[in-house]
This record gives sequence, C-alpha cells and structure tokens, in this order.
Amino acid sequence: MVTRGFFGRQPPPDISNRVPPGQALTDDFPVLSAGPTPKVPLDTWKFTLKVGPRPVKSWTWEEFNALPQTRMTRDIHCVTTWSKLDTPWQGVMIDDLLGDANIEPPTGFTLAHSFDGYTTNVPTADLVGGKSMVATHFEGKPLTPDHGGPARLLVPHLYFWKSAKWVNALQFTERDELGFWELRGYHAYGDPWREQRYTGDP
Amino acid sequence: MVISSSTRIEWQTATVKEIVPRTPRVTSFVLTPSRPFTPKAGQHVDVRLTAPDGYQAQRGYSISSAPESAPDIELAIERLEEGEVSPFFHQVVQPGDEIELRGPLGGHFVWAAEEGGPILLIAGGSGVAPLMAMARHRAASGSTVPMAMLFSCRTWDEVIFRDELLAMHRKRDGFELILTLTRDVEKRNGLHGRRIDSAMVTEATERLPTPPVLTFVCGSNAFVSAASESSVAAGVPAGSIRTERYGG
Repeated sequence: MVTRGFFGRQPPPDISNRVPPGQALTDDFPVLSAGPTPKVPLDTWKFTLKVGPRPVKSWTWEEFNALPQTRMTRDIHCVTTWSKLDTPWQGVMIDDLLGDANIEPPTGFTLAHSFDGYTTNVPTADLVGGKSMVATHFEGKPLTPDHGGPARLLVPHLYFWKSAKWVNALQFTERDELGFWELRGYHAYGDPWREQRYTGDP
Repeated sequence: MVISSSTRIEWQTATVKEIVPRTPRVTSFVLTPSRPFTPKAGQHVDVRLTAPDGYQAQRGYSISSAPESAPDIELAIERLEEGEVSPFFHQVVQPGDEIELRGPLGGHFVWAAEEGGPILLIAGGSGVAPLMAMARHRAASGSTVPMAMLFSCRTWDEVIFRDELLAMHRKRDGFELILTLTRDVEKRNGLHGRRIDSAMVTEATERLPTPPVLTFVCGSNAFVSAASESSVAAGVPAGSIRTERYGG
C-alpha cells in the first residue's frame, strides 16, 4: 500500500544494499535494555561455558583478556529499526573460547546468559566459524556499561538483541530454549534480512 | 508477564480518526485499525510507510490510549526535526488517511490492573506515552491500585497530557502526579524545578502506601539511565525496574 504523501529518505545507492528492509541508518549508537544498567566489577567478573547445567570452563577477567584478540568491523541492525554501518569491535571469538576450553561445539543450540538475568538463544552454528565474539572493546576503547561493558556477545548478522549485553555465560543446550525477548513476543532467530522481528514472522 | 504466541501479527491498515495537538512538539494521532485489537497498557505498534517507488520506512510507537479505548488507539508522536517518519505525521497526515501498522507488540514493558501494585511510573518528555496508557488503564478499569507518576518535562507547556494527568491527580483515588520542570525559570507552586534525582524518587515512593512492586521508566537514553540510577539509589530494587528508551 503506498502511503499518501510519503516519499521517504532512502539511503544513498552505494550503501542501500547494506540496509535491510524496514531499517533506517543512524550515526548514533542508541541504547536499549530491559532494565537498569548493572554494575559489573572486574575483580569478580567471570565468564563460563556450560554444557547443559554443567560448567566446562571459566575465565576470570585477566584470563579472558589473555585469550587471542580479534577485531571485527560489521554492520549492526536493531529490531527497533535503526542500523549502523561499519561498527568496529574487538574481543574474543567464540571459536577461540571453544579452542581454549578444548571442546568442539557440543550441541546445536546456545543460550547466552547475562549478569542481569537476561538470556537470548542463538543457534550454535551462528556463533562459530568466525561469525561471533564476546566483545570487550568498541571503537578501540573498553566497552562502556550502557553498551554492555565490560563484555557483550556480538552476533552482528542477527538483530542486535541477540548480542547480549553484560554477558557472563554461554550455555549449550539440546533444544532451542527461548530467551528473554524471545519469550516476550520477539522472533526465535531474528534475521534482519528476512525481517524476523516478532514471533511468527516467516 | 510472558506473552508467548506463535501467531504472526500481520500488517493491516488503520484509518486516522482524529489528530490532537498536545504540546508544541507532540501531536496525538488516533487510529482505528481495520482489524481491531485490544492492546495491553505499555505495548506498541510498528508503523510502516511506503513511498511510490516501494521504499518503506518503519518505526515503533507506543500506544498511549487505554486498552479500554479499543478499537481506537492513540499514538503521541514527538516531531524530531531530523526525522523521516515523525515530520511526515506532523506535516502530511490528515484525518481519513490510511496508515499501515502491526500490533499490539511487546510483552515486557506492560502492566494490567489485575497484576496489582503499587506501581511507580517515571517519564521523561514523550516517554510518557506508554505510561499514560497505564495511568489511563487504571482509571478506565476502575482500579484502586496505588500508582505514582514522576514526570519530567522541559517547560509547563511541554507537559504532555497535562490537564488529564492533573485531573487524575485531583481525584485523590490513589493516583499521584509529581511534576518537575527542568527549564522553566519561573517556579510554579508545588512543582519541582530540577532533573529527577533519588530524593525525588523517594518522594514519589513515599506517596505510595507500600514500596512499588514494579517501576516503569521511559524516556530518552540519558533520561532512563539517570532515572533508573536514581531509583536504585532511592532503594528501588533493580530487578523491579523495567525500562524503555527511545532515540533510536
């Protein structure tokens, strides 16, 4: 349906193929979260890999930062319709976490957990193979608390609620167990190119 | 509350029934969806505009009307000068126009009277929209749940829904309004004249008979960060605070 009197502000042609349907470019970095920004002290910070209920490996902040560091510049897309191009991140690839824990991806599904109780589900295949990291730096600086610091998950090819802030564990699960927003009306997978915003979107 | 439904919420058309200027920068658009629904207070709709060449823009807008107003829904839209969609609403949209939308959406920033309270609402500017739906829902459903709204605006003329909120407050039926103006130089009787801080949150919670079981905070990113920190400093448990931020 054409909307009477609407002509819109299309992205420039050279980048329009990088903007998924229904998204608009922003130069800002808006903040969205379900609750207050938690204070996460580095001296007690811990990141854990779990298989089901069983912890298989944990890292302190110091140990985590001694892992191989990777830089990744990606376009990111928020379900609230902003997209931001060429965002530069640094952190530890999920591949390198699994390598340090000396395990292969144990199951097909993963639930990411955060310090504030937030969870989000991502298929394990979307975390490995160079697709995803636990990011500790944005634009060369330590990640600020409102953007998920000290560490957030980064799964840039899915809507950004999947990139859980204040992440503290990845739990490999046998079934696809829905996370916080996925239980509250948002899509289980969240591919921006297929506009999988809400539950039931194809 | 967890809403889990596997049914896709489809796009539909809605007719613009009424346009009501609220403040110099905020105008309400009352829409009647062609397939009516009853939202929960706090939910939003996504609006989709389509240009003649097929280009589409989408934005989410909170519903500010009570569920009891269904099938009509009200969107209070602030005009953002650099925006793509809000200037279209303010400059182009007329009563009788058809707008595409889908909803109701969102299952976290919601409240229903039967869930009880007390409830604390903290709004910054046009962030009042989903909180207004909660206040109106309380009034329209005849609920006696204690509710306090702490509302920060720049000036008296920018207090969105001002007369309606003041009328709710004057009923003295358990709804308390605490207004603060951050830019008006002239002091107004009974109003604060500073940004929200923990003392102001404490004052709001003390207007409730017992501490709030849920606190909803909505506004700009900077506002929500400051207001949630003030709430935590005032002793509101972080886990009972739900936030929604605009500016995206």
